[in-house]
Amino acid sequence: MKELVVISGKGGTGKTSVTASFAVLADKPVMADCDVDAADLYLVLHPEVKERTVFTSGHEAVINPDGCTGCGLCEEYCRFNALKYTEDADGRKTYSVDAVACEGCGVCVAFCPVKAIDFPDRVCGEWMISETRVGPMVHAKLGIAAENSGRLVSLVRKESARVAEETGRELVITDGPPGIGCPVIASLTGASQVLVVTEPTVAGAHDLERVLKLTNHFEIPASICVNKWDLNEEMTQRIEKRSEELGAKIAGRIRYDRGVTMAQVEGKAVVETDTPSAEDIKAVWNSLSI
Amino acid sequence: MKIAIASGKGGTGKTTLAVNLAFVAGENVQLVDCDVEEPNSHLFVKAEKVSSEEVSLPVPEINADLCIGCGECAKFCEFSALAALGDAPMVFPEMCHGCGGCMRICKQKAITEKERRIGSVDTFGAGKVTLVHGCLDIGVVMAPPLINAVKKRINADGLVILDAPPGTSCPAIAAVNNVDYVVLVTEPTPFGLNDLKLAVGMTRALGIPFGVVVNRAGCGDEEVQRYCKEGDIPLLFEIPDDRRVAQVYSRGELIIEGVPGYREIFEELLRKIKEAVAAGKADL
Repeated sequence: MKELVVISGKGGTGKTSVTASFAVLADKPVMADCDVDAADLYLVLHPEVKERTVFTSGHEAVINPDGCTGCGLCEEYCRFNALKYTEDADGRKTYSVDAVACEGCGVCVAFCPVKAIDFPDRVCGEWMISETRVGPMVHAKLGIAAENSGRLVSLVRKESARVAEETGRELVITDGPPGIGCPVIASLTGASQVLVVTEPTVAGAHDLERVLKLTNHFEIPASICVNKWDLNEEMTQRIEKRSEELGAKIAGRIRYDRGVTMAQVEGKAVVETDTPSAEDIKAVWNSLSI
Repeated sequence: MKIAIASGKGGTGKTTLAVNLAFVAGENVQLVDCDVEEPNSHLFVKAEKVSSEEVSLPVPEINADLCIGCGECAKFCEFSALAALGDAPMVFPEMCHGCGGCMRICKQKAITEKERRIGSVDTFGAGKVTLVHGCLDIGVVMAPPLINAVKKRINADGLVILDAPPGTSCPAIAAVNNVDYVVLVTEPTPFGLNDLKLAVGMTRALGIPFGVVVNRAGCGDEEVQRYCKEGDIPLLFEIPDDRRVAQVYSRGELIIEGVPGYREIFEELLRKIKEAVAAGKADL
């Protein structure tokens, strides 16, 4: 089984539009949406959910106010400023946990001298196995203001590999998140190939450099394509030259095309319309030789 | 006054807004780039780096002479940063959140902490605008502690504009938590609307007043505007779709300087945001 991961460094360069087109062009793929905190691929592939599972990961500290003596040891030990001190109308002092700041490390739970802190599983979202017009899709939804996106990404990838195995499909195409941190690293470790979609802007060039250093760090073969290349041809050339220096292949260029947005509005992949850039995306796909 | 510019979707114009608003303000402004994975504000500020400080996290170091291999530290660690294999445990520093729990739990006092570098916080000076940004080292997972380190440099007296990372999970939350007002930038497309709804959910969960700016208005549909209207969400401003803006941005120039008429647009936008912040405060 092969896995192609589409990432970008900078957000909003067209990852999902390109990935959705690849879904249509590929021969029997399994699709994985690993941008779990802003998942958009479903808006083009319109999955019909077959299986839905709650995602729990790690724990969160919860103080039982009746047991708390207000001694303050939890606050002293917590390195994440997650404990809030309150005094009720009778002047009784207790602590409570700020769920947003809590890392779920368990230090306060272990050291509370009166054992007044519970440590239940933390519900962080849900993940789904669905059917689409191109085949199975594994996707997820992180809970509002929830944590552990990296672990959810790993789970989506693991499940998409399992689905590929079970359905006899040879290729997983993964829509990755922006950035270079936790969820991106979780999206690409062990993948067979990465495509970086970038744009010909100073920010695109800057972010591409960092993301290619990341793929080099994890020794994953990378290709790049410049989306909206004709916005700034000189910058496109500069990006392509620098990418080759960093060991990446050039998979092609996609022109600036308002039809891309119109395809999105219609809920279609770009290559399902006859807008000019559809040809460019097909050429990029063919050059990846998957 | 601390204003965060955020969005669920990437590439909607957060940095463009943050930087151009900072330079149009005409007062002392602290511009705080919290997108530590891919910081971009400095590409537009074009100023000298004034200072650079290393940011690190405390990670465990095992003294094998004292360790009896009981494995309590590995059992305690919620992040799989320690693995007990009979002898002294193995440490995986990249997994460590720096909570210090293993050190406290070890009865043999065999664990001390050493600092592991995760990135840097850099300061740039450009006249009335001071830029502070964080830059995460390549291969480092942990963005939120670096974002918190960046935010420690905030000087709360004047106008502070924070450029947040995209998304709605830990890094975005770390960036917008405890600001006075959040401006959610989006674009009028299905992806933009979907991710705006997620960002609205996040901002509401944090209890911070917010308003929406639609960038590239006219490039897609009218659903974002309709969503704001139906949900009673203040739609602060619409910036028209304009290829000239995209071209000036691509070269790393300020829109207020590169495209005629946009200085006035950003002045107007800043005025609207300030009014909304004042109104938001009055509501609390």
